[in-house]
Amino acid sequence: MSNSQSAIEQAALRSDRFRLAREGDWKRLEAIVSRIEKGQLRRLSDEDVLALPVLYRTVASSLSIARETSLDSATLAYLESLTQRAWFQVYGPRQSLWTWLGRFLGGGWSAAVRAMSLDVAVALAVMVAGVAVGWLLVASDPEWYFSLVPGQFADARVPGASREVLHGTLFGNDGKDPMSAFAAYLFSNNAQVSILAFALGFAFGIPSLMLLVQNTATMGAMLWLYNGQGLLVDFAGWLAVHGTTELFAILLAGAAGLHIGRSMAFPGDKPLLQATAEAGRRASLVMAGVVLMLVVAAILEAFARQLIDNTAGRFTVGGFMLVFWLAYFFAFRGRSDGSASP
Amino acid sequence: MSAALPTRLRRSDRDRTMVTPEGIALPLTLASRGSRFGALMLDLMFIGLLMILTTIVLISIAGGTAAISDPTQHGPQIMHALEFLAVIWIAAMFLFRNAYFLFFELGPRGATPGKRITGVRIAARDGGRLTAEMVIARNLLRDIELFLPLVFIASASDGGDSGAAGMAALAWFLIFAFFPFFNKDRLRAGDIIAGTWVVEAPKRKLEAAMSAQAKVGAAAQETAIKYRFGDAELSVYGEYELQTLERVLRENRPDALRQVYEAICKKIGWAPGEGGVGGDEYAFLDAFYTQLRARLEAGMRMGKRKADKFAGSG
Repeated sequence: MSNSQSAIEQAALRSDRFRLAREGDWKRLEAIVSRIEKGQLRRLSDEDVLALPVLYRTVASSLSIARETSLDSATLAYLESLTQRAWFQVYGPRQSLWTWLGRFLGGGWSAAVRAMSLDVAVALAVMVAGVAVGWLLVASDPEWYFSLVPGQFADARVPGASREVLHGTLFGNDGKDPMSAFAAYLFSNNAQVSILAFALGFAFGIPSLMLLVQNTATMGAMLWLYNGQGLLVDFAGWLAVHGTTELFAILLAGAAGLHIGRSMAFPGDKPLLQATAEAGRRASLVMAGVVLMLVVAAILEAFARQLIDNTAGRFTVGGFMLVFWLAYFFAFRGRSDGSASP
Repeated sequence: MSAALPTRLRRSDRDRTMVTPEGIALPLTLASRGSRFGALMLDLMFIGLLMILTTIVLISIAGGTAAISDPTQHGPQIMHALEFLAVIWIAAMFLFRNAYFLFFELGPRGATPGKRITGVRIAARDGGRLTAEMVIARNLLRDIELFLPLVFIASASDGGDSGAAGMAALAWFLIFAFFPFFNKDRLRAGDIIAGTWVVEAPKRKLEAAMSAQAKVGAAAQETAIKYRFGDAELSVYGEYELQTLERVLRENRPDALRQVYEAICKKIGWAPGEGGVGGDEYAFLDAFYTQLRARLEAGMRMGKRKADKFAGSG
């Protein structure tokens, strides 16, 4: 103590005396921040955690004073860098993944979906239009079927296939084991598609909509095929088990992409970058949810569809999921908070 | 208040100012494009290594399972075990591709291992809190910026017949890769969507106070007496020269000291070597620095600042 006291007295300059008198606080803050940066937040003592914001303000005020009274550029640079490092921690992402998840499920997600309901409506209209286009194209010329439906679905399900063959693709998986690897593959594949639909929103949302049309046109074509053999209702049931969840997720992904595209094309009275960033954050919240929904959809597709081998049961499951999602997004208000819609 | 500060030593067009909620302006340096590219390459390498390692481990587990059990007795069980491994593999690949960046950028350093190595991190552009949504948004966009066109290009070069598609994918890739060259804050598409930017991670040690260094007591007294400069001599220089002098003293390279010493002597009209300075440039410059700083800081307290030697007497 007396040692540092004498050092302070011996310093020739007033600004160096100012610095030596406060160095202790600075060094302590630096030690705390360094430990947080190393990921040792848990090993920090309670006193240190409590001291962090106080020390941050002390150092910040030291910086303001030093800027007005000191010409020691090394000290100024150090204070600037220390204030910045502490600022990153004091104003950094302080939520743990779990609190974030809790808030996300408890209202943040549904609030974000509601905030873009216009885009959801547009995306829904586009998807319905896509189904209609697919149906009409194939109805006018069955050759379209082969360009609309990718090869992996067009195994036995081609125009001209008999009723028995088509019926066999919908039912009769009774004895087989549930396909968990298949579910994981479906999830991974669908998630990548919906991330694509979202990210394409960056080009003013047009590619997102085109992707939606392309995917639903495939569905329209297949609906036409099954309708031709009087299997429309059964096909719808087969699709509904996971489809209400999966199509809903793809709908939301497209809407999220559209939301970004729309805010870039029409930023309103905000600066373009700010409007885009706000929309982007809201959309990314929705996208985190889309990935969750696709997990659910993949599980339903691989398990529930194999286990429930009749149309009524499939409609029950699919209908229940649809009602569940609708209620969750539009009726459930939860503890909606500021972090949900920035 | 920020105009006359060490910003004089501004080095490049990468410096930005961020205002904290307390109203303090902090200088930030945007990360250079080179270090960002380096960080990305490192991260891709790490992801690739993780994927290869996971695959090798899972394959060897699968091989082991198949080897130790008798397929005639445990057929279905083996299939279940292998299927479970396949599920793990698919989930792991998905997570490596999508969650690697998320996981690390949400941590206290706001940086992936690659960014940490190259000394950069991400921050919110508006000076506010960096939120989970921002990190998610900027990394989802990575998919169309990077992975999608690369997969396209790879598949096009395999097939050979789809030259046009390959060219389109290449153009797409280049547009996004050069995005940071076409805006002043060097944002990539994901940064625009998320409201983030990439900055150099601050890290600087506190250096010793110049006027309170080792020279104690008598020695310091002696130099101070030996080199005493008059008001007229000190009023030649301003803050910019003071900071340059500080740097020279901290670096402490004999030839640089010698040069600066001669320049100052010439400027203030001392004959080099006067007062027996031979080989004692450091002491001379140190004394000059201390006295010049005392004078300029006294002026500052009175509200008078002298930016450099060209500014009017302050």
